[in-house]
Amino acid sequence: MSADSEQQTIRCLIAKVGLDGHDRGAHVISRAFRDAGFEVIYSGLHRAPDEIIQATVQEDVNVLGISILSGAHNTLVPKVMDGLEEYGALDDTLVIVGGIIPEEDRPGLLEEGVDAIFGPGTPMQETIDFVKENAPERT
Amino acid sequence: MNQAAESDLVERLLDGEHRALARVITKIESRAPGYRDIISDIHSHTGHASVVGVTGSPGAGKSTLVDKLAKFYRDRGETVGVIAVDPSSPYTGGAVLGDRIRMASNVGDMDVFFRSMSARGQLGGLSTATSDAVKALDAFGKDRIIIETVGAGQNEVDVVKTADTVVVLVQPGSGDDVQMLKAGILEIGDVFVVNKADMAGASRTVAELEEMIHLRDDPRANLDTGHHGHDAFDDDHGSETDTDGTDEATDADSEPPSWTPQVVETVATQGEGIETLVDTLDDHYTYLTDSGELDEKARQRAAEEIRQLLRSDVGELLERELDAQGGVDDFAAAVVEKETDPYAVTEEVLEPLRDCLGDRDD
Repeated sequence: MSADSEQQTIRCLIAKVGLDGHDRGAHVISRAFRDAGFEVIYSGLHRAPDEIIQATVQEDVNVLGISILSGAHNTLVPKVMDGLEEYGALDDTLVIVGGIIPEEDRPGLLEEGVDAIFGPGTPMQETIDFVKENAPERT
Repeated sequence: MNQAAESDLVERLLDGEHRALARVITKIESRAPGYRDIISDIHSHTGHASVVGVTGSPGAGKSTLVDKLAKFYRDRGETVGVIAVDPSSPYTGGAVLGDRIRMASNVGDMDVFFRSMSARGQLGGLSTATSDAVKALDAFGKDRIIIETVGAGQNEVDVVKTADTVVVLVQPGSGDDVQMLKAGILEIGDVFVVNKADMAGASRTVAELEEMIHLRDDPRANLDTGHHGHDAFDDDHGSETDTDGTDEATDADSEPPSWTPQVVETVATQGEGIETLVDTLDDHYTYLTDSGELDEKARQRAAEEIRQLLRSDVGELLERELDAQGGVDDFAAAVVEKETDPYAVTEEVLEPLRDCLGDRDD
């Protein structure tokens, strides 16, 4: 393999934000993304929005996946989106949200700039395909 | 991306824009078109940061230690860049990069720039990518750069060797581990850290490490590793370990300073021993500067980079030549059928190149 054969790999940050200790879903999706050939950075539990922003900006991930089951998405997700905008990372980062998001909250999150919301029961392949099709390129 | 966009990106990086730095590292990692021009542009802005490489077996506490180190430097008012290299799956190319989880002390502090990198199955290219990423952090203006990697194989050893100072982490009670490390990693360590020093067996591990350091020392080196490197040399030079028998008073000044690897105990989770470690790292850096080894290392690194790039570029040229001559599959089939042999094929493929270079080997 030569030094210049370009190797575009999809990088994802899987983030647990806020006081939410349920990380099984985040682990499962991290593993599935890894097996799909993505590079996955897992944030660990109980992260503040600032940490998520810092990680997204510095790691230059194509995809930010926020896993949230605590019900605080209407508070936390906008904070993350604002931070991404501040650092100029909003436009070229695909933001997806997974977890328990009530139907009536979805339009609001999508308006904030979230690209897709995947609730419980979403087939893994569907999420992977969505990411593969929509992950912004880094050229 | 066109030329203008690249120089714009470089300008934004030099201006201190985090996003631009992140994007430059992405380009370096993915070998995106134009990344070489970017490196060429930033090269003249590098050379200000001191680079520490941290390696050790999985679970030794590298990430936690790096986190605490970064915190210590930040408290001193210095800016920090961290590159954490994790392995990737050879099957899918996927990876889970988990070092970031431990970076809890520097939450929301953008002046710690932490970047995870995966090996991406690059043959020898990982060290090139890492050292290019270090250049980007350096040009960005980071004072301290830390490279963190699992000490699993030659690849990682190559990566860590791009640092000025190499720290090897060892866990207590890992007598067998130390044995295993003997041949490879033990040889490259400037500083050894016995982390989790509050665990049983820590002092034994320290003793084993020190014994091993003595064994590999040259006969003139100091046998007492309780002190810091070159100080210790100056203090005790001319003792019974001195074999050349010259007068110690005159000798101490004229001899170039030498460095004996130090063993430091830490409990990274509690932040214990971090200050001693930082002092030792500073001592080593002072030694590197005073002895001129820093410049020598820089030259060796540059030479290695040039060789590495040449190898990979020539490899690519040859790959193309191979395709032009019918592809490797046909040659391979012919070799299996005993119509020819690998050496003859190589000779055949290389012939045009030899002609070009005016090779007079025959």
